[in-house]
Amino acid sequence: MTYPIALPELSLVVLVGISGSGKSTFAREHFLPTQVLSSDAFRGLLADDENDQAATKDAFEVLHLVAAKRLAAGRLTVVDATNVQSHARAALVAVAKAHDVLPVAVVIDTPEAVCWERTQARPDRTFGREVLRRQHRDLRHSLNKLAREGFRKVYVVSDPADVELRYEKLFNDRTELTGPFDLVGDVHGCRAELEQLLSALGWELTRDESGRAVDASHPDGRTAVFVGDLVDRGPDSPGVLRLVINMIAAGRALCVSGNHENKLLRHLRGRKVQLTHGLAETVAQLETDPVDGLPAFLDGLISHYVLDGGKLVVAHAGLKEAYHGRASGRVRSFAMYGDTTGETDEFGLPVRYPWALEYRGRAMVVYGHTPTVTPEWVNNTICLDTGCVFGGKLTALRYPERELVEVEAAQEYYEPARPLQPAAPPDRAAGALRLSEVTGRRHVQTLHGTVTVPAEHSAAALEVMSRFAVDPRWLLWLPPTMAPSSTSAVDGYLEHPAEALADLRHAGVHRVICEEKHMGSRAVVLVCKDASVAAKRFVDDGSTGVIYTRTGRAFFDPERTELLLAKVRDAATAAGLWAELDTDWLLLDCELLPWSAKAQTLIHQYAAVGASGRAVLPAALDVLSAAAARGLDTAAQHERLTGSLRDVRAFTDAYRRYVAPTDGITGITLAPFAVLAAEGASFAEADHGWHLSIADRLVEADPATFTPTRRLVLDLPPRSVPTDRADATDATDALAAEPGGASGTAGADAVFADAVARATQWWLELTGSGGEGMVVKPYAGLSVRGAKGLVQPGVKCRGREYLRIIYGPSYTEPAQLAKLRQRKLGRKRALALREHGLGLAALDTIGRDGPLWRVHELVFAILASESEPTDPRL
Amino acid sequence: MLLTLSTTHSPATDLGFLLVKHPDRVHSFELSHGTATVLYPEASEQRCTAALLLEIDPQRLADTRADGQQLNQYVNDRPYAASSLLAAALNRVFRTAARGVSKDRPELAATAIPLSIRVPSLRAKGGLKLAERLFAPLGWTVRGDVLPLDPEFPEWGDSRYVDLTLDGELRLADALNHLYVLLPVLDDAKHYWVAPDEIEKLLRAGEGWLAGHPERALIIRRYLAHSRALAVRADAALAPLEETPADDSVAEGAVAEKAKPLNVRRRAAVLAALAETGATRVLDLGCGGGALLGDLIREKRYTEIVGADVSPKVLEIAERRLRLHRLPDRQRARIKLIQSALTYVDERLRGYDAAVLMEVIEHLDLPRLPALCAAVFGDAKPGAVVVTTPNVEYNVRYETLPEGGHRHDDHRFEWTRAEFAAWCDQVAADYGYTYTLRGVGDEDPEVGPPTQLALFTKTTTEEVPA
Repeated sequence: MTYPIALPELSLVVLVGISGSGKSTFAREHFLPTQVLSSDAFRGLLADDENDQAATKDAFEVLHLVAAKRLAAGRLTVVDATNVQSHARAALVAVAKAHDVLPVAVVIDTPEAVCWERTQARPDRTFGREVLRRQHRDLRHSLNKLAREGFRKVYVVSDPADVELRYEKLFNDRTELTGPFDLVGDVHGCRAELEQLLSALGWELTRDESGRAVDASHPDGRTAVFVGDLVDRGPDSPGVLRLVINMIAAGRALCVSGNHENKLLRHLRGRKVQLTHGLAETVAQLETDPVDGLPAFLDGLISHYVLDGGKLVVAHAGLKEAYHGRASGRVRSFAMYGDTTGETDEFGLPVRYPWALEYRGRAMVVYGHTPTVTPEWVNNTICLDTGCVFGGKLTALRYPERELVEVEAAQEYYEPARPLQPAAPPDRAAGALRLSEVTGRRHVQTLHGTVTVPAEHSAAALEVMSRFAVDPRWLLWLPPTMAPSSTSAVDGYLEHPAEALADLRHAGVHRVICEEKHMGSRAVVLVCKDASVAAKRFVDDGSTGVIYTRTGRAFFDPERTELLLAKVRDAATAAGLWAELDTDWLLLDCELLPWSAKAQTLIHQYAAVGASGRAVLPAALDVLSAAAARGLDTAAQHERLTGSLRDVRAFTDAYRRYVAPTDGITGITLAPFAVLAAEGASFAEADHGWHLSIADRLVEADPATFTPTRRLVLDLPPRSVPTDRADATDATDALAAEPGGASGTAGADAVFADAVARATQWWLELTGSGGEGMVVKPYAGLSVRGAKGLVQPGVKCRGREYLRIIYGPSYTEPAQLAKLRQRKLGRKRALALREHGLGLAALDTIGRDGPLWRVHELVFAILASESEPTDPRL
Repeated sequence: MLLTLSTTHSPATDLGFLLVKHPDRVHSFELSHGTATVLYPEASEQRCTAALLLEIDPQRLADTRADGQQLNQYVNDRPYAASSLLAAALNRVFRTAARGVSKDRPELAATAIPLSIRVPSLRAKGGLKLAERLFAPLGWTVRGDVLPLDPEFPEWGDSRYVDLTLDGELRLADALNHLYVLLPVLDDAKHYWVAPDEIEKLLRAGEGWLAGHPERALIIRRYLAHSRALAVRADAALAPLEETPADDSVAEGAVAEKAKPLNVRRRAAVLAALAETGATRVLDLGCGGGALLGDLIREKRYTEIVGADVSPKVLEIAERRLRLHRLPDRQRARIKLIQSALTYVDERLRGYDAAVLMEVIEHLDLPRLPALCAAVFGDAKPGAVVVTTPNVEYNVRYETLPEGGHRHDDHRFEWTRAEFAAWCDQVAADYGYTYTLRGVGDEDPEVGPPTQLALFTKTTTEEVPA
């Protein structure tokens, strides 16, 4: 008869059997080779000989370590060793317990004689029969001890060839349920409020003859999940129980066990428990109003559930990540009582470790147990107990919407032992960030793949971040570096619109926006409606926001910062943005003008180059002219240096254009070009038409503080012949083509040529009147995907004169230009995309009101990426 | 870049013989960073001028990564301003003349003749004043104009460039050697890596004038690109000098000079405070170059010493200075250097007997100080914490310190005694410590001690049971 074995999906399977019993064969047949840890194999690894008994101690040490790592990662593990002695098994049970995994013993009980036969047949086994007999003796002694040793299941297999093995899920594993869910906080017998709350959530109630709800269903097929503590203290615990039991029976609800359910069950089972904390009320109510099947219901309650593919975990008192989906006494205890220290506070209530502060898991954890005034997200966890029975509120969380729905308690039903505390968001307190979460070699997950940050880059960024950047709680995002367009072959130009458009067309973008590139300093502005918003959401230091550079440094001292913030705030108010965007703070991406406001030191260095050039070149030309007058041939040199002088003057003109007087914040303007985020919203998906329309309204509200951004929207036809040609080909073709002369198969190319012609004309006008250049962006927004993944958020195309500041006064000289055209853009592009991906992830996290540590991890990674050596001229 | 050299010696055209460059021809030389040209804009019996014109190829300069800490390696003044590049060209093109030999006019080469030299664009760190101090002792009359940074923006002031003219009656060879050495000294940015053979070049070109030059120390230091080791060797090779030379470095102001004994006294005060606590396992938070760590290692009572700093560069310096790699294993095991930032919680800092924050807090922006307190007092929770910080009231006693100025460029704030005490009160109340205050350095009856020290001791022993 086939012997059935049922294993929990995550368990430590300990094979027990004497040498030659067929354990390895059994393991090979039923498990993956990587799941099986064989003591023989470890001896072999360490001593080159599977039978070297001297290596046994080391072999088991390593085996236990590997087992521990596998179990920590949630992987089923099988130990193939004789395990006939209890000390050997005890060590394995300890490993399983340390990781809250169920240990299972599978005894392979092959007759000793058969084993001896097999042993003799193996040339590498040299031990005598007495060894086997001793093992067999030990095994016989072990058989009835296994359950007591801590094995949750024991199987004794007499015919290993005839076993049917299947896996069973843990009770807490309901990952197959994807919701949507309505998660309900601690009810504590407040039936009326629960009915109201369910109605508010859109549930339809079925009532009994006395008008009490006995069942509920949701027209959208939602599932209710109760976080426990249905009973005690409140007026109608039986009513609540009846409703929930029926909803669960109908498959429309789940409920985890609260500590109050646990205590009630013990009472019902006749254990001696004190009738305190509201249990007496429940017991009295149940006497007059008994609930059918109550003990069975309470007994069947699971202490936590893992839902929606592992993305949602529900436990009464919360659960740390290492315990998700695990089963042990301490997991159950944590789930029902929290991470208690064993102490009590001055109100006689247990003191708990703030496990949520240290929580870094991906799964959302929803719980109750500790009443607070308002639910606050703490590292992607939330407590829904808002003290309904104490006269507070009954709260539900809609999942996946992350919306809170609440109803007020009709009255205070029970006096709280201590007053409800308004829960400050502790994960945003000063000193909430940990060094170990930003330093070292880091692999940072984004929506577009993993970004690896080398340890030395993190180390460099740490110094900047901790010594010079603004408080990390303000630092929501950093601008990614931007790659220039592909190098142009157009005579006299290093960058040209034809290439910029071709780059984006090549990436599969069909509509672009060319935005004027302001020559100033990149500035990120985070402005709050007032100081109280700043204190609540960001930093409580009396300020109302920050204005920081691309490396996170404050632009101005606090006083000037506040002056400029006040202007931004007033403009946002005048433009009606607070209401329209439903927020009390805004994150804006801007250019701060003029350049000289922040870059005075740098500009002086440029000026010095100009000054020395303008001093020496005329003198040199005088020398050459005088020599020529003496009949010497200096014509070529004279022409060359005349050119150099012209270049130096052009260079001087180039930087002079970006210099303007400022005094305090007088003379300083902001050119906003993107609204990055607001409370509970990221605008990465909004198109640039929208972003600039907001910017325009700020300009309209305060033209003295805001500078408008000129723009040109162009449609690019898809590439007519998709080939793997180099990026440059499109651009060259476009310039060669007759603009507007579309016909036949060349239609698309002609349309593209027309777009290039329009962009070029616009760009020449812009740069001809002193502009730095333009940035060409995919019109659809910040987060655009093409065939090859994420598309660059923008490609810069800088003006011919401006580039003198970057490449030197005489870079346009043909020989120099030829050399500069060999510039390599690959590294810069890759870096720009990596930083952009990190930035998008940061915005996404902010949009979901995600935890500070996660935002900081991403922003830190952007700063660290900037340590990568790249050509500074790109 | 350009240099002209004129004489009114009669016949002036003899200059061509001395320089070995015929006045009626254009002479071109290919050099590693560009092309040098020698030509004569005037050549008469009365007056003759030779011009050395050096055209730098910026690309070639960039390729050799020869940037003298300029703006960047691509946009800089090297094509225009006189520098070590010009000096190198001078040496190469007028080598014979610089040796003082002449086949055609041997006597003239050994004779002082009236010379006028002009460098229209010379980067002079130290300005005309320093040029005067360098050239005047050698017999030159120094004239010149300082170039404005940009005439369109007069408020920006002067640039570092001067249009320099030197007049004097000297041997041509001496003049060339003066220029060869002193142009790069004024520029103070060598275009090449300074190797030990630079000492020989300097001694050769400086023969007969450098040993007795009043600015000898500055010349040696700058010429040898501020390499202390090379400067000591060069100085030893020259005849000894009675006077101590003046120091031109502005950065190391008088404060640092005076503070030197204060540094020592501060460390002694910190060590004394630590000893009082009975600590054996200690943290030096913001350890910098490791001065205090050195003291701690010498004291046997400290069985575990951790130096933490945010700057990897500074930690490297500390590691070298403490010669950690040379310590025997048992000594080495006592000390550990780690990179940490005190505005972050760092689990590695937990569980020590005492921590030192010596001259650290004032390097943090005030609004970030609560994060430091949370990390150090709230999370690391050492049994005792020693904090030192400047007493700003004492600053009036530093004569060279401008009013309202900080003692260090990077100090974000400096506190009065009352401000420091208020902060100590708050920290002690928030995190369960008591503290005592004491002064470090000579107590001034009016403004107090230069440095203030607080010793914090934890009161609540342990709130977390096992």
